Amino acid sequence: MKDRFDIDRTGHDYVVALAGNPNTGKSTLFNGFTGLRQHTGNWPGKTVTRAEGTLRYEDKRYKLVDLPGAYSLIADGQDEQVARDFVLFGKPDCVVIVLDATNVERNLALALQILEVTGRVVIALNLIDEAQRRGITVDAEKISQELKVPVVPTVARDKKGLIELAAAIADVCSGKAVAPSRRRELDPELESAVTELERLVEAVVPGVPNARWIALRLLDGDPSIEEGLASGEFATPATPTREGSGKPSEVAS
Amino acid sequence: MSGLEVLTSRAGELRAKLGEQVHLGVAEATFDEAARIAESSVKRRGRVFDWDWKLDRILTSRIWGFPIMLGILAVVFWLTIKGANVPSALLADGLFWVEDQLAFAFRSVGAPGWAEGFFVHGIYRGLAWVISVMLPPMAIFFPVFTLLEDLGYLPRVAFNLDRMFKSAGGNGKQALTHTMGFGCNAAGVIATRIIQSPRERLIAIITNNFAPCNGRWPTLIMLATVFVAAAFSPSVGSIVAASTLVGIVMFGVLVALLVSGALSRTVLKGEPSAFALEMPPYRKPQVLRVFYTSLIDRTLFVLWRAIVWAIPCGALAWIMGNTYVGDLSVMAHVSGFLDPFGHALGLDGVILLAYIIAIPANEIVVPTMLMAYMNVDRMIEIDNMVDLKALLVVQHDWTVLTAVCLMLFSLLHNPCSTTIWTIYKETGSKKWTWVATLLPLAIGFLVCFLVATIWRAVG
Repeated sequence: MKDRFDIDRTGHDYVVALAGNPNTGKSTLFNGFTGLRQHTGNWPGKTVTRAEGTLRYEDKRYKLVDLPGAYSLIADGQDEQVARDFVLFGKPDCVVIVLDATNVERNLALALQILEVTGRVVIALNLIDEAQRRGITVDAEKISQELKVPVVPTVARDKKGLIELAAAIADVCSGKAVAPSRRRELDPELESAVTELERLVEAVVPGVPNARWIALRLLDGDPSIEEGLASGEFATPATPTREGSGKPSEVAS
Repeated sequence: MSGLEVLTSRAGELRAKLGEQVHLGVAEATFDEAARIAESSVKRRGRVFDWDWKLDRILTSRIWGFPIMLGILAVVFWLTIKGANVPSALLADGLFWVEDQLAFAFRSVGAPGWAEGFFVHGIYRGLAWVISVMLPPMAIFFPVFTLLEDLGYLPRVAFNLDRMFKSAGGNGKQALTHTMGFGCNAAGVIATRIIQSPRERLIAIITNNFAPCNGRWPTLIMLATVFVAAAFSPSVGSIVAASTLVGIVMFGVLVALLVSGALSRTVLKGEPSAFALEMPPYRKPQVLRVFYTSLIDRTLFVLWRAIVWAIPCGALAWIMGNTYVGDLSVMAHVSGFLDPFGHALGLDGVILLAYIIAIPANEIVVPTMLMAYMNVDRMIEIDNMVDLKALLVVQHDWTVLTAVCLMLFSLLHNPCSTTIWTIYKETGSKKWTWVATLLPLAIGFLVCFLVATIWRAVG
């Protein structure tokens, strides 16, 4: 069955999105997982290329979607918008966030933003060899404790850590290891404004995932959100999803 | 009022009331938290020699950035010119030997003269030219260029050019798409997708053609070698040729900057938008992969495209050269008609005709031109660059001016049909496609005309 993102789930058990900043080795990871079982095309209605492929792990087949590199969910440019829309409204069963171990702080911004909308996340701490070479050690355990999601160190170029990563993806997809999404504490005045807008958003687009996120962005005056609402782009058609691909909002606190 | 209107107006009210608080409470908080987590989980061993950073300081420095960039470019061209000479001559020898054998075979089976001419001296010769002139330089240039890309040097080039493009009112990322255009302008045009502002994206699309592409390198390299370098002693010849090419590239960048500036001050007014240009770390190049991708994806791809187009164009050129109206061939009629116009540009009618025939692919400009020259004079065997020069200079009155104007025209003319089509698809606008097609051509006419006029007045 295809949705508005034109993702064909046929023959696959789960859909996994790969997100991350540009130059984090995201595509190398994608290639390492899918090998030749991949094809490229365009995102529907956009001039942004998309690569998707199949990962087989144990007895399951995972459809991997390589999202365009993005620094933030507060999208700037077509590429980032595509990545944002898929994470928010594409209902992936798992989002793999690729972090550059040499640049953890900047990369974490995107991870934190994604974690606000879904807890179905695995973090690949990539380029650890590069980090070591520069005398940087990153405590994966510590990040995992902070974010409450699995963090797997990888060297995608040498295919190191890919099996561990696949196992973590499997656990998230099957629902074994799904963290609650991080709900940001806001001060009371802001909180009541967001809650009010959230209800209005739900009235305009019934059943939209992540109404709270939309409300927050509206409040911040993001013009692309008003456009998205006006064009009906955010209105996800009410297609019944298979079991196990729960909406991100279901796992929200 | 619809639900959406209620929502947006309420959001507006609340935004006005809460003001900056939203931004501080959300976006800034995210960065603070990222900093806190990074602080607690990342350890840096003190005083590790960070050669990436040191190297960046040199490669992108205000003083050294440009000279190093030009130096590297010159070395790449020099390697290409030096290295391509011998294999080019060998290939030409071999392929033209085959032409003789083919001609002999045609004759011995009693094939009519026109068939031998059409297939052997028309189509086959065109192919042989394309392969022997283009393959060796590409097989050297592309792997070396891809190696620089893989090392991570190209983003540094973009960084160096960034300031200039921004001051021309364009987007800094235009430096990246321009660099991409050196490979293929159609690819460069597609790459402008990374530019968000539609205004800046249009500027980048329109000016991308000023980056000479794959299809034009062989023409430029040949002219720089045969004409410009030949005016100097052989010991410095290839260095002069390489410097000429660097000069052409820089001139292309200069024109791109001027046109960007002109557009952003007239029809495409606006403030340049800010963005962060990231320097990816230097990485050990995956040498085998580099050779594989540059040979398969680039060299053979471009060569194949040239071959596919060379066949119909070679056939067309042969037919035009051998169909007579009155005493003269169609080719002679058309090129004769174009001649005065070509002369004013420092070129001639045949060159202009070659550019018209070669709109589908710049790769075949030189082969088409040579075919036209050779047909007009009946067959002449060209086995090497000396013969080539003799043909052009002795029989067709080429001068250094012709070579200079042709190099300029090669840099400044309409994009190939693939690129034009890509521009149409990317902009979705006929108007801007026309602008992107005709503006470079008009500039080319103007520049060549000025150079030719001044040259003749002075010389």
